[in-house]
Amino acid sequence: MTKERDYETRLPEKLAKEIRRILPSSASKKKISEIAGEVYREYKDMKVEPGEAVGIVAAESIGEPGTQMTLNTFHFAGVTEMNVTLGLPRIIEILDGRRLITTPTMEIYLKKEYNDKEKVRGVALSIKEAHLSEVTSEFSINIPEAKIEVKLDRGKMGELKISESVLLKALKRVGKTISVDIKDDLLIFKIKKGKEEKGISEVYRIKEKLKATHISGVKGIPHVLPVKKEREYIILTAGSNLKKVLELKEVDATRAVTNDIFEIESTLGIEAARQAIINEVFKVIENQGLNIDIRHIMLVADTMCVNGRVKGITRYGVVRDKASTLARASFETPINHIFDASLKGEVDNLNSVIENVMLNQPVPIGTGLPGLVTKVRDA
Amino acid sequence: MTEDIAPENYVYKQVRSIQFNILSPKMIKKMASAKIVTPELYDKEGYPVDGGLMDVRLGVIDPGLKCKTCGSKLKECVGHFGYISLARPIIHVNFVKTILDLLRCTCRECSRILLPQDALDRYNEEIQFSVRETGSEGSRKKIKELVKKARGQGKCPHCKSGQYKVNIEKPTTFLENEKRISPIEIRTRLEKITDEDASLLGLNPEAARPEWMVLTVLPIPPVTMRPSITLETGERSEDDLTHKLGDIVRINQRLFENINAGAPEIIIEDLWDLLQYHITTFFDNSLAQLPPARHRSGEPLKTLTERIKSKEGRIRHNLTGKRTNFSARTVISPDPMLKINEVGVPSVIAEKLTVPERVTGWNIEYLKGFVKNGPKKYPGANYIIRPDGKKKKLTEETIEQSLEELQPGYIVERHLMDGDIAIFNRQPSLHRVSMMCHRIVVLPYKTLRLNPAVCHPYNADFDGDEMNLHIPQTEEARTEAEMLMMVQTQLTSPRYGLSIIGCTQDAISGNYLLTKDMIFSRSEAGDLLTSIGVMDFSKLGNKETLTGKEIFSVLLPDDFNFVGRSRACRKCETCLKEKCKNDAYVLIRKGRLISGVMDKANLGEGQGLMLRNLHKKYGEDFAVDMLGRLFKLGVEVLMKRGFTISISDLDITEEARLEVEQLIADAEGRVNELIDEYRKGELEALPGRSLRETLEVRIMEVLNRTRGDAGKVISKHTDKATNLTVMIQSGARGSSINQAQMTGCVGQQALRGKRIEKGYSKRTLSCFIKGNLNPEAHGFIRSTFKGGLKPHEFFFQSMVGRDSLMDTALRTPKSGYLYRRLANSLQDLKVEYDGTVRDAGRRIIQFKYGEDGVDVSKSEGGAVNVERIIANKS
Repeated sequence: MTKERDYETRLPEKLAKEIRRILPSSASKKKISEIAGEVYREYKDMKVEPGEAVGIVAAESIGEPGTQMTLNTFHFAGVTEMNVTLGLPRIIEILDGRRLITTPTMEIYLKKEYNDKEKVRGVALSIKEAHLSEVTSEFSINIPEAKIEVKLDRGKMGELKISESVLLKALKRVGKTISVDIKDDLLIFKIKKGKEEKGISEVYRIKEKLKATHISGVKGIPHVLPVKKEREYIILTAGSNLKKVLELKEVDATRAVTNDIFEIESTLGIEAARQAIINEVFKVIENQGLNIDIRHIMLVADTMCVNGRVKGITRYGVVRDKASTLARASFETPINHIFDASLKGEVDNLNSVIENVMLNQPVPIGTGLPGLVTKVRDA
Repeated sequence: MTEDIAPENYVYKQVRSIQFNILSPKMIKKMASAKIVTPELYDKEGYPVDGGLMDVRLGVIDPGLKCKTCGSKLKECVGHFGYISLARPIIHVNFVKTILDLLRCTCRECSRILLPQDALDRYNEEIQFSVRETGSEGSRKKIKELVKKARGQGKCPHCKSGQYKVNIEKPTTFLENEKRISPIEIRTRLEKITDEDASLLGLNPEAARPEWMVLTVLPIPPVTMRPSITLETGERSEDDLTHKLGDIVRINQRLFENINAGAPEIIIEDLWDLLQYHITTFFDNSLAQLPPARHRSGEPLKTLTERIKSKEGRIRHNLTGKRTNFSARTVISPDPMLKINEVGVPSVIAEKLTVPERVTGWNIEYLKGFVKNGPKKYPGANYIIRPDGKKKKLTEETIEQSLEELQPGYIVERHLMDGDIAIFNRQPSLHRVSMMCHRIVVLPYKTLRLNPAVCHPYNADFDGDEMNLHIPQTEEARTEAEMLMMVQTQLTSPRYGLSIIGCTQDAISGNYLLTKDMIFSRSEAGDLLTSIGVMDFSKLGNKETLTGKEIFSVLLPDDFNFVGRSRACRKCETCLKEKCKNDAYVLIRKGRLISGVMDKANLGEGQGLMLRNLHKKYGEDFAVDMLGRLFKLGVEVLMKRGFTISISDLDITEEARLEVEQLIADAEGRVNELIDEYRKGELEALPGRSLRETLEVRIMEVLNRTRGDAGKVISKHTDKATNLTVMIQSGARGSSINQAQMTGCVGQQALRGKRIEKGYSKRTLSCFIKGNLNPEAHGFIRSTFKGGLKPHEFFFQSMVGRDSLMDTALRTPKSGYLYRRLANSLQDLKVEYDGTVRDAGRRIIQFKYGEDGVDVSKSEGGAVNVERIIANKS
């Protein structure tokens, strides 16, 4: 292998590609290698130096523009799109590692054969979670007979493509104490008399339970919105259930995405969750018109995921896993940390920054890192 | 203070590690230098009582006294612990949870864990395994699981004795089978737990034997950590801790006496409980279940826990927060005549702050000059330090004598001088460019001065901001500051890899005007260049009239080539290049600006393209110099030309006014149509929204567009020559939205992304009809700022203003907390010599920093600019 070729192979893939892209295809081999050499030289100049405190730089880079972000949650600039938490609250939500997020949404891409307006609508409706109350128009209670009569809304049923059999099947699952019958447009629920006398309140309770019975669609997705994005029709949802959506045959499983990081972690694994954190944080930052290098976000995401589980940047998450007692104690709840450490007889080896600050010693980072080895003359 | 200690006496030692243990009774006695037996503090003469809480063996807090233990004086003696032996064992509150777990899962007879031996062996193995695999987290879970399994067993698998349920009555009373277990009983049970069982339960028996959690002796902290204050009246006021300890000792004595006298059990129990209360509140006085111990004034005592925790506690306030000498703080003001990496220091400060310089054979005469001037005359010296470390203050009287004794080996603390190194800082220090190194220029008057170009990294303005100045005192510190923190090393932001320092405001509009169409006579040009310190006019040639572009070119190096675009670029399909109508094609060939205007896109921070190219090509020192000259040039141009905006800049032509009015009328018409459609039910709902919401969304859409359109009309019709447009087009300040709001129409006021809906029922203000959906009634302002707002419009605008004010007030602490958490959890990450990113526990976080090992602050927007390299090569 010649020396010139060497440069190109030593460059990161993306840079090598970019050279090829920008240079006209007529460029001579010599020219390419000359450019590649120059790019390689600059690339080498840009490398981080050992000891660089990349962590604190990342923290500063994300923390500093925090003051410039909006606090309010706005919906997307476009008119028809969904409400999504954005700005500082969203960043806090992601970095906290909160399991329940305020606005879970999904972006569902479909396989090519379903990519037309009508089919998308159909798929969207089949994803939308439907409860009994949505396909019915009237609930009436017959107290003496412990009966609930429900009037079906055939139009709605047709719209949501719910057949009687599907409906009955779903309702059978409600409970053993209730029997279901269908008579024309009327659903009749009879509450079987149990050992104990059921009061009115019990009937009401069952009525509410029936109303909320899941009939069709994907659980956890109450709203769907088919929209056109560039050349494709996609479905935006409020609510998220990645696992179930990926199982649908119409969905392009390689591209369907949710903003719920824990859902991604449990269905696709930790690496996917790491990428999801990066994507989600980056999305917010972009939306706010801020400029933060992706490397900083990657470092935060990696810190959150090193253990193989997503952990928040909180005293229960990342901070608790620190090896150093004093570093933990200096963050929050110092008393608990110190007492726990004493029970275990923990030894703090003063490897991190904060303890050395406490002790007025050089910190093992940056210029504090290298030691000097010298021969000492015996006095 | 360290400077009082001679170099020979420096301790060159470092703490390697710190271990956390529970103090065993034996250890407490061993480290104590006095046994405390009496609650009395002082005798009649006011001298500390032997065996009292202020015993002189515990350290000194009075000047003149000597410590009986170590023999040193005040401030030298760090203090010594004492102890009291408790009449009865006392539970330590902070270990209550652990004690409860231990009692619940060990046998009440034999103190073994209530699981069969084989299960214990298995757990032992599993815990060892999970420690190896996942560190502390895994073992924590396993131990929890074991505790859960072991508790609630009815019978001990080892000695077959029956077990009872153990409960706790907070804070410190344990109940077994509804009957109280005395601390004595608890202690004996804990004593019987074997080391093996203890370590299974997550205790390290070497560091924390279970029985040590029940106190039999109590260490008395040294007096130095609870000094008494002498009031003006001569009365002594004791520290909170001393008060609490007094209570403890008193009750303990009474308990002893009662036990010895054979008092009835009930009295002993009561005293015992009281002692428990006092010791509990001595450790923690903010427990929910206990009434806090109070002063006579009713204010709760601050005991050990309160001293340590929270922001004002020992850890965050004293240990992590450091204070420093050799620093100054005042108001800042701008001075564009300073270099970018300079800071103007008032002479008052320069005479107070000093730099230590060691006397050698070569500089003794030079340093004698400072000593001769003394502290009053600048440049003088304030102190000299003898080789033995004794510090001597220079006064009028001591100057003569000091001059004589000065010889190599002495240190002179001389006044600040031009060229000294200082670290300049503005709070909040949110990123590393909030603290940069500047060179000092000593100036008259009383403010710190900086070049306005560095305002951006500090986020400073001059409406009364104050900034801090620190003078590094050692050669190492100075070198480090100079090499790593100097302004020119920080030109690129570590956040996004683009310039963070560039021309701002006047400097941009000045250069814009200069390079746009200004023409100078030769003498004027010479004048201008001289005023910014350029004396070499050879580049001007022999021409009698000079364009601004030619003058600008004088600053550029002769071998500089650059192609770029200014903000005026419309991104036409076919670029006319040099012949661009907007003069937006910036071409610099061989150091001459051939076409294009200079504006924010080339000079400003962020993009600042031309500046970046100069930086890359000629290095950072040249780049700051250049920036300084460009900045001055811009400002000087404006000074020569004059720059102001006036009300007449906001005048618009009749034609434009009519057009804007038509636009608004059209929009209102469209909105009314929408409302009609809505009322008639003809409006089609957007998916996922109700009709009402759809209407709102559609109306917002129309009205938001209106202001944008009005802005376009305005900028089409306005006079391009006004200074207002100059500022907007150069990017110096203001935007076309600002202009549109002043001259065309203020536009829709949005509250939380919606039109204004709050106020009275079904209407926003009482001057509207109920249910009015018109733009006017929901926050659309059709007036202009110049023309003035109508009362209801003003009200709507204030609503939005107030909302955004609240938003800022609420956001600041939230983002501050996020930042603190991020900084705390990421601060230990560093790049190792092998290129991996690791934390303090040496865990690998990333195999290669950022997946390609590129340092953002050395990169160009986080990448190599291939395009530029290719352009430069061809």
